Amino acid sequence: MEEIATVAKPVNPKKQRNNKRLTWAIIKDQRQLIYMSVPLLAYIIVFAYLPVWGWTMAFQDYKPARSFSQQDWVGFKHFQFLFTDDNFLRVLRNTLAMSVINLILGFTTAIVLALLLNEIKKMFWKRTVQTISYLPHFLSWIIVTGIVATSLASDGIINDLLMKLHLIDQPIMWLSEGKYFWGVVGASHVWKEVGWNTIIYLAAMASIDPALYEAADIDGANRYQKMWNVTLPGIKATIVILLIMSIGHILEAGFEVQYLLGNGLVVDWSETIDIFVLKYGIAQGNYSLATAGGIFKSVVSITMLLFANWTAKRLGEERLL
Amino acid sequence: MMMKNTQMSGPKNAVMLSRRRPGSSGVEPFLFNTFNTLFMIFLVIVTLYPFLNTIVVSFNAGNDTIRGGIYLWPRQFTMQNYNAVFASGTIYNAFLISVARTVLSTLLNIFLTTMLAYTLSRREYVFRKPITTIFVLTMYFNAGLIPNYFLMKDLHLINNFLVYVLPSMISAFNLIVIRTYIGTIPESLVESSRIDGAGDFKIFWRIIFPLCKPVLATIALFVAVGAWNSWFDAFLYTSSRQELSTLQYELMKLLSSSVNANSNPSVANGVGAEHATQVTPISIRAAVTVVASVPILMVYPFMQKYFVVGLNVGSVKE
Repeated sequence: MEEIATVAKPVNPKKQRNNKRLTWAIIKDQRQLIYMSVPLLAYIIVFAYLPVWGWTMAFQDYKPARSFSQQDWVGFKHFQFLFTDDNFLRVLRNTLAMSVINLILGFTTAIVLALLLNEIKKMFWKRTVQTISYLPHFLSWIIVTGIVATSLASDGIINDLLMKLHLIDQPIMWLSEGKYFWGVVGASHVWKEVGWNTIIYLAAMASIDPALYEAADIDGANRYQKMWNVTLPGIKATIVILLIMSIGHILEAGFEVQYLLGNGLVVDWSETIDIFVLKYGIAQGNYSLATAGGIFKSVVSITMLLFANWTAKRLGEERLL
Repeated sequence: MMMKNTQMSGPKNAVMLSRRRPGSSGVEPFLFNTFNTLFMIFLVIVTLYPFLNTIVVSFNAGNDTIRGGIYLWPRQFTMQNYNAVFASGTIYNAFLISVARTVLSTLLNIFLTTMLAYTLSRREYVFRKPITTIFVLTMYFNAGLIPNYFLMKDLHLINNFLVYVLPSMISAFNLIVIRTYIGTIPESLVESSRIDGAGDFKIFWRIIFPLCKPVLATIALFVAVGAWNSWFDAFLYTSSRQELSTLQYELMKLLSSSVNANSNPSVANGVGAEHATQVTPISIRAAVTVVASVPILMVYPFMQKYFVVGLNVGSVKE
């Protein structure tokens, strides 16, 4: 449990004083380590840090033909435009809504499934069900959205079943009506990831002291009471940490599902910030506005992540006391 | 019918159970087990059915599938769909590109990440702290789509095969996972080979790399799955050069028309032209889906025992 509780801790808050001074002797002595790591340091600076320079575009009216010194600086114009633009506000609403739906559905289904899997006593069956439940995790979103679209088509298996059970008289056009879109995205996420998400909970359950179950047996607890009073408290720390960490990803509603399942009929419900950036940036060439949208997302994510880290650290320390 | 049986035989079994386990009360364990088993069967069906159905459609004659009613067994078995897929230069070429990028990405990722992780695990290394910090910070921010696009443009990686491999050669998360794992390897192994005169590269390659096999197995799988499944880079960076297209991106092009309700029969143009009598866009799509997913589905069940190792080591120290 402690292992998982430290998820969010930064590398090492206390700086160990390195008494070694940087001398030519040390560099010569460690030259192999330097050959093995410094080129990769240069690599990550080019590929991860250098592009941050591009954020300047958001404060300019960027024109690709001009050099950096010739660009017109416009301050926060593009950010002001974003927050008064109905399009962006709608995109922000969609992102937050789908993110929250995915979060709630993702957590509850994974925890329930983990609890149920944990009750299977025959190892072989447990393994088999687990292996099968991981399968969709390894399929690409292209394939998954293809499967979702086929299943939800007017002649697909879902409408087929609902018609045969006489729950509906006419096929429901799941993917052509905006009101279903968030639910379809949530359900697709559950289908793809629920099995995979149980891994961490099952690992936490495996580390619960068996003596607790024996004690509960002696006290006459039935299975539900043991689940509620032993298993769930045993994985509570894991749940809390994962929940806090996922707050950092609140603007990561996903891009692929919405892009692949969305269509002209549901565009008001399907577009997320990432799609907005792609549409304005790559398709329309409005680089400055798209970059501003991207920066907004990054800044919110970093703030949330730092907040999450701080909260997790505080909770972790409290638990240790 | 099923439910009735359950209720009738319930109490009898429950008595037996309750005798064995004094704590359990009455019919509950049996009801619970029945419910749980039924639920797991439901889960397995919901997970497997769509995929099995796709496989069946891929082996059924396309013009017959349109009539509907294909569930778990082909009505008119045929290999035509697969013949059409592999006869088409487009898909075959995309398949080769996908294989190449996956193999190259995985090998480079594993080698470079482990090498860097080794240097960062050496306590005496002077640049250990700054390099670790610079890599860990990359987990917290991302420059975003547009700046990254311009970077690829400036590096002349647009319409270049290397754009599939270069941007994602090292992930900070995997780096920390491997470094933590190396930390569990006894220091004496490194020390004794150093006394034997081995340099750091030799120690890494001969001693550390082979010992990291369990954790590298998981990471190799994750990297390979990520490389094989990605399509966005092909869409963004190489879409104007058909010969660099990947299998997933070709599949995306086949699927994108079907998501929109008004499906357009010419989606499979060029793919099924010479087999036009039997092959339809739906059957081609099914065959490509199977081709695009089978390689990974053949591998992952054998790696299952390592998944937890990989995930847990990662959470020890982020």
